[in-house]
Amino acid sequence: MSRSPKIPSGEITPEGDYFDRRRFLRGGLLAGSVLTTGTAYRLLNSPGGEEIETAPLRDLVSSTGETAAGPQPSLTTTEPAANGGAGSATGGTEPLPGTPIASQPPPIQPVVEPAPVDPPPTPPAAVTTTPPEVPANDPFETPTESPAPDAAVASAPAEPEADRAGFSTEEKQTPFRNIANYNNFYEFTTSKERVAAAARRFQPRPWSVQVDGLVQQPREFDLEEILRLAPPEERIYRMRCVEGWSMVIPWAGFSLSRLLKQVEPLGKARYVAFQTLHDPQRMPGQKVPVLEWPYVEGLRLDEALHPLTLLASGLYGKELPNSCGAPLRLVVPWKYGFKGIKSIVRITLTENQPPTSWNVAAPYEYGFYANVNPEVDHPRWSQATEQRLGEFGRRKTVLFNGYADQVAHLYAGMDLRRWF
Amino acid sequence: MSSEIQFIRLLVLLNGAVPAALLAWDALRGELGANPINFAIRTTGTLALIFLVLTLAVTPLVRLAGWNWFTPNRRVLGLYAFFYALAHFLIFFSLDRELSLSSTLSEMALRPYLAVGSLGLLLMVPLAVTSTNRMIQRLGTSRWKRLHRLTYVAAIAGVAHYTMLVKADLRWPLAFAVLLMVLLGWRAYTAATGPAPRPPGPAGRTPRRSAPLPDTAG
Ligand code: HEM
Repeated sequence: MSRSPKIPSGEITPEGDYFDRRRFLRGGLLAGSVLTTGTAYRLLNSPGGEEIETAPLRDLVSSTGETAAGPQPSLTTTEPAANGGAGSATGGTEPLPGTPIASQPPPIQPVVEPAPVDPPPTPPAAVTTTPPEVPANDPFETPTESPAPDAAVASAPAEPEADRAGFSTEEKQTPFRNIANYNNFYEFTTSKERVAAAARRFQPRPWSVQVDGLVQQPREFDLEEILRLAPPEERIYRMRCVEGWSMVIPWAGFSLSRLLKQVEPLGKARYVAFQTLHDPQRMPGQKVPVLEWPYVEGLRLDEALHPLTLLASGLYGKELPNSCGAPLRLVVPWKYGFKGIKSIVRITLTENQPPTSWNVAAPYEYGFYANVNPEVDHPRWSQATEQRLGEFGRRKTVLFNGYADQVAHLYAGMDLRRWF
Repeated sequence: MSSEIQFIRLLVLLNGAVPAALLAWDALRGELGANPINFAIRTTGTLALIFLVLTLAVTPLVRLAGWNWFTPNRRVLGLYAFFYALAHFLIFFSLDRELSLSSTLSEMALRPYLAVGSLGLLLMVPLAVTSTNRMIQRLGTSRWKRLHRLTYVAAIAGVAHYTMLVKADLRWPLAFAVLLMVLLGWRAYTAATGPAPRPPGPAGRTPRRSAPLPDTAG
């Protein structure tokens, strides 16, 4: 600072200067070490918060069955997140600043009437007349079947009004930023806050889905073919994670039954098995054997055909972010979140109950059914309450995550403790 | 020389507070992510474990490197471990359990991972209380040393607690377990093979102000 470096300092530095320099050095050391510690903390303990943009969905049908021709109530109910940052404070219509918003007039699709197609005189036969563990032989004799199942043109929601119960909720929606930055997606990383960053470069297109097994017409679908089966419809579902937290998510997609109809399941088929992409190059978390890869999930056929069971391709009116399972994922709102398998590449109809990843990893902790149930604790923690993200304090967990009216009959007579 | 030692202590003191300061700052800004309470619980829990490990690393470091002057920092590190573990518990109690004593206690009793964590925290209370020079003198060095070996149990409880709560990815808890095994293994080894020769450090290295602190403790 003040001395020439050529002069041996110990010999001639006046005492005052010497201490000045030492103080200066120490100050630098203190600042440097604090900076290092702070940086290490930031790097190792990131709370997430990636800015994520995906393309807006075309032809989005609102949860009441109408196309999104204007600001939708369901998309505007989101208030600034109590815990959110700048990105989430803009509300549901514009999850991220500068992002094209979903509620803009759709470019192509005119208003689609929510009129039920083929109104059913009775509730779907497959679910009401089926013993709990043996789905009906031909579950496709449901009133929802349309005479032209392979209509490639987007049509009105196939579900009759009676089946649409539970398709929406008035509960406050979790901000997009939080949905996209808090994910259990071990294919990328086991840290929920880091999935978004780890999945940033994942390319979900091109993509295809093999649908096979006990079906009349096994085939490989190109992603676009699947997306054309029906217009994406908004479904506002509660999502309860087995870890004890929950969200309210405005998904977009259509009932899985629409895809299954295309392949004409055989009478023998009783279960549906799902598989996530297995590609450690694109999904680096798969280089670590924390679970058996690929991730697999399964449903009973009657569960898979339930109108609530959603094949989702978007959320908040936009394509699915990578962190949420782009380009195509399953959503089963009355079950714990891990049943909602992400980035699906294969769907196979089977006669026997297929293996499911978490059940294989820890059979005593995660059952095949994994229905949300406050009475049946996880062996290591309670399931009685949940932390709804954005809320202060925990709320009580509800049986079947609040969808009991819609799905309880599927499990009539079953011991839910045994079949957890 | 002693001003250098004091400077190092200041360095340790300040850096130990950095994570707490950043956590508090992020909390005030609402930047703890999607699940802020759980994030704060996990952050403080991890910090408690890190400081427990750092505390247990002091003695081997002092012995192997001959840094006798570093020993007093062990107290600061240990108190930080306690401080973070206490904050960890208090956040759980106040924000997760919403100050409900019954729900906190029943969870602690019902969930083995919480019971084990609670054991770890409880064991650290007498250690924090007896961390002052006065208490060391009152207890006498050898009794104090014996008491403070509870740190080993607290750290083992902390790692067990962590291991018991993860769903599938055991890498971090196992990393802590390995570190702890090395640190405790070193102690077992030196205890079995007799005390390591004290490095003949220059007189100036002996910390002046913490003379009563037993710097040879395992
Ligand atoms: C020696 C004392 C303790 C240590 C070292 C410790 C350490 C930890 C660690 C390392 C984690 C995991 C952090 C992560 O997932 O990244 C954790 C989580 C947790 N600890 Fe502790 N803990 C201690 C005591 C306690 C006590 C007394 C309680 C409450 C009674 C408690 C409740 C919890 C809870 C609720 C979690 C979060 C679990 C979750 O994320 O689901 N801990 N702790």
